[in-house]
Amino acid sequence: MIQLHGASKRFGSFAALHPTDLAFEGNRTTVLIGPSGCGKSTILRLIIGLTEPSTGTVQFDGEILSPQNLLRLRRRMGYVVQEGGLFPHLTARENILLMGTHLGRPREEMRRQLEALRELARLPADVLSRYPLELSGGQRQRVSLIRALMLQPDALLLDEPLGALDPVARAALQTELKAVFQQLNQTVVLVTHEMAEAAYLGDQIVLLREGRVVQAGSFAQLRDQPTDGFVSEFINAQRRLILE
Amino acid sequence: MTGFKCGPGLSRAILLAAFWSATDRAWAESRPAVIGSKRFTESYVLAEIAQGVLERAGIPAEVRQGMGGTIILWQALRQGAVTCYPEYTGTILQEILKDPSPEGPDQIRSRLGGLGIGMTGELGFDNTYALVMKRQRARDLGIRTIDDLRQFPELAVGLTHEFLERRDGWEPLCARYGLAMRQVRGIDHTLAYRALANGAIDLTDAYSTDAKIAEYDLVTLEDDLHFFPEYQAVFLFRLDAGPQVAAALNRMTGTLNAARMIHLNAEAERTHDYSLAASLYFGGRGAGPSASLAADLVRWTARHLLLVGISLLLSILIGVPLGVWASRPGWVSQLILGGASLIQTIPSLALLALLVSIPLLGISPATAIVALLLYGLLPIVRNTASGIQDIPPPLRETAAALGLEPRAQLVRIFLPMASRSILTGIKTSAVINVGTATLAALIGAGGLGEPILSGLNLNDHATILEGAIPAALLALAVQFGFDLLDRILIPKGLRLGQG
Repeated sequence: MIQLHGASKRFGSFAALHPTDLAFEGNRTTVLIGPSGCGKSTILRLIIGLTEPSTGTVQFDGEILSPQNLLRLRRRMGYVVQEGGLFPHLTARENILLMGTHLGRPREEMRRQLEALRELARLPADVLSRYPLELSGGQRQRVSLIRALMLQPDALLLDEPLGALDPVARAALQTELKAVFQQLNQTVVLVTHEMAEAAYLGDQIVLLREGRVVQAGSFAQLRDQPTDGFVSEFINAQRRLILE
Repeated sequence: MTGFKCGPGLSRAILLAAFWSATDRAWAESRPAVIGSKRFTESYVLAEIAQGVLERAGIPAEVRQGMGGTIILWQALRQGAVTCYPEYTGTILQEILKDPSPEGPDQIRSRLGGLGIGMTGELGFDNTYALVMKRQRARDLGIRTIDDLRQFPELAVGLTHEFLERRDGWEPLCARYGLAMRQVRGIDHTLAYRALANGAIDLTDAYSTDAKIAEYDLVTLEDDLHFFPEYQAVFLFRLDAGPQVAAALNRMTGTLNAARMIHLNAEAERTHDYSLAASLYFGGRGAGPSASLAADLVRWTARHLLLVGISLLLSILIGVPLGVWASRPGWVSQLILGGASLIQTIPSLALLALLVSIPLLGISPATAIVALLLYGLLPIVRNTASGIQDIPPPLRETAAALGLEPRAQLVRIFLPMASRSILTGIKTSAVINVGTATLAALIGAGGLGEPILSGLNLNDHATILEGAIPAALLALAVQFGFDLLDRILIPKGLRLGQG
């Protein structure tokens, strides 16, 4: 579904991402993980076209991203950011229906879709008429998730979707995200810096450091067959915190 | 972030402006004679007299009082905004023809004729410039002639701006008499009398038929070197106004001697009613009762609101798109914001004067509207730009990532989110313009500046307040009205954030 071919991103002399080949296929969830500044968010921004690659290409469903097809391809992707990215002047419902209304989708179809997704994301119905400033962090992320899924995208991109939540809200939403990913057969790319979250949600984990992929594989592969000392170090650093 | 278009809004504004100028023109055509006047009592009275003379000759006439100084009236006459106005031969030579060599009236008339302008015969009095002092002060110092001033270089001199600039004004006078006065400043003609009375200044310029000379017990210093040229009062008129207008105006020739003019001026200032004074010229007992204050207030306020409303609408239609453009980084943004700031630094009077000299605008309400619209631009442009720039980057990016076109991002996300800032800018513009629009009266565009100007001219506080109080109340009402609009227009979700 999504391929990076030698895609890199430089800001002046700083390389946010060295030339990288990556593929995100089928109904799998790939988690991009690594320390701050490792390039994981840059990959997400390249995929949705918020930034252009310095070299190489990004391909979505066989098409190379370009200014000509960007708008059309973006509408086939759902995007969730850390704080939810909800527009404060619109209610939760208006935020969710924004694109559908803009594109003139049938009302009844949208209503049914919204209802199904609301059930799936376990969002109370009365929350829909509230404004973002009246919502809790967890509610905001649920609304943002529903908004991202409304157009039934082929790919779902999430940039630290749980990063701003307290541990309880975080745990609850992790469970629901996993259910959503399993139920909807989509290509999911999720960015996080928590290994436990990556292990729980990801079919495939891509560990990055300083703009390069260190190792890609399942959590078991990373844990049992690390290709680099940094892989074990990264996994153990988080495990040690829990044990001590 | 490209592709924002002005859409139908701007074309509507252009239509509106065209409608305005068309109605204005149609109005001018249905009223063949427009009489202008300068900003002093005698000019007001002469204009009213001319109206009476024209109407008695069966020519409908309209008076536009207190339009400005010589240059503004002369341009208004050349451009056809006025049909005629009272002028003085000395001014015609010095300021209009810019040729101080003494000429007879016939030579002046033929030179003006080449410009399409006619001149009536002399009305009968010479209103020359004079330097005046309080009688007591002059007696104490022993000053009788202008020449005597040389011994008192420390006297405080307050002169009208026009006199300071004129070719037959202050500087040439000093050169001729060898004066070296140390304290010289510009002052409004009417305020100068008050300044003389309370001792703030010792000396000012005046017209020799000025009623205030007697009222304030002033003396005219003798022009022993005969520096001031003759200022015989005449009417200038457009030759294309037709022979009837010329014939009617010429009926005034020789009908006003100095004593009679001083009397009419004094009556005008005593009664605060120019048309009443003018009616004395025709031997009347005074004109009928003038319109009530309430009716005047309604007329002034309605005109004021029209000026502010149209200019504000145009400011919004131009300012918001400019602000959107200026919200993007780069030199265009610098250019737009810099340009709007630059306009704001031009004093409002200077801006009016600059616009008046543009042939398409001239002396008309359109000029006032253009000036107000230019003044209103900066707060709207700046607040639109900053309102959009203040949107957090993640929300900006989300708007793009959702797949909204740039125009939809602007209309659905950026403008609503910046609405509070934009509305504040519009409010600032509106409040500023309610105040600035009082200056529109300077170029005859009417509004609440009308009573302020004539009150200033008459040295009459009550008349000034008739304009000043409603203008201040209007500014408060505008402020209050926008606070209400804020509740209606600003999305509820944004207001939550203000606690």
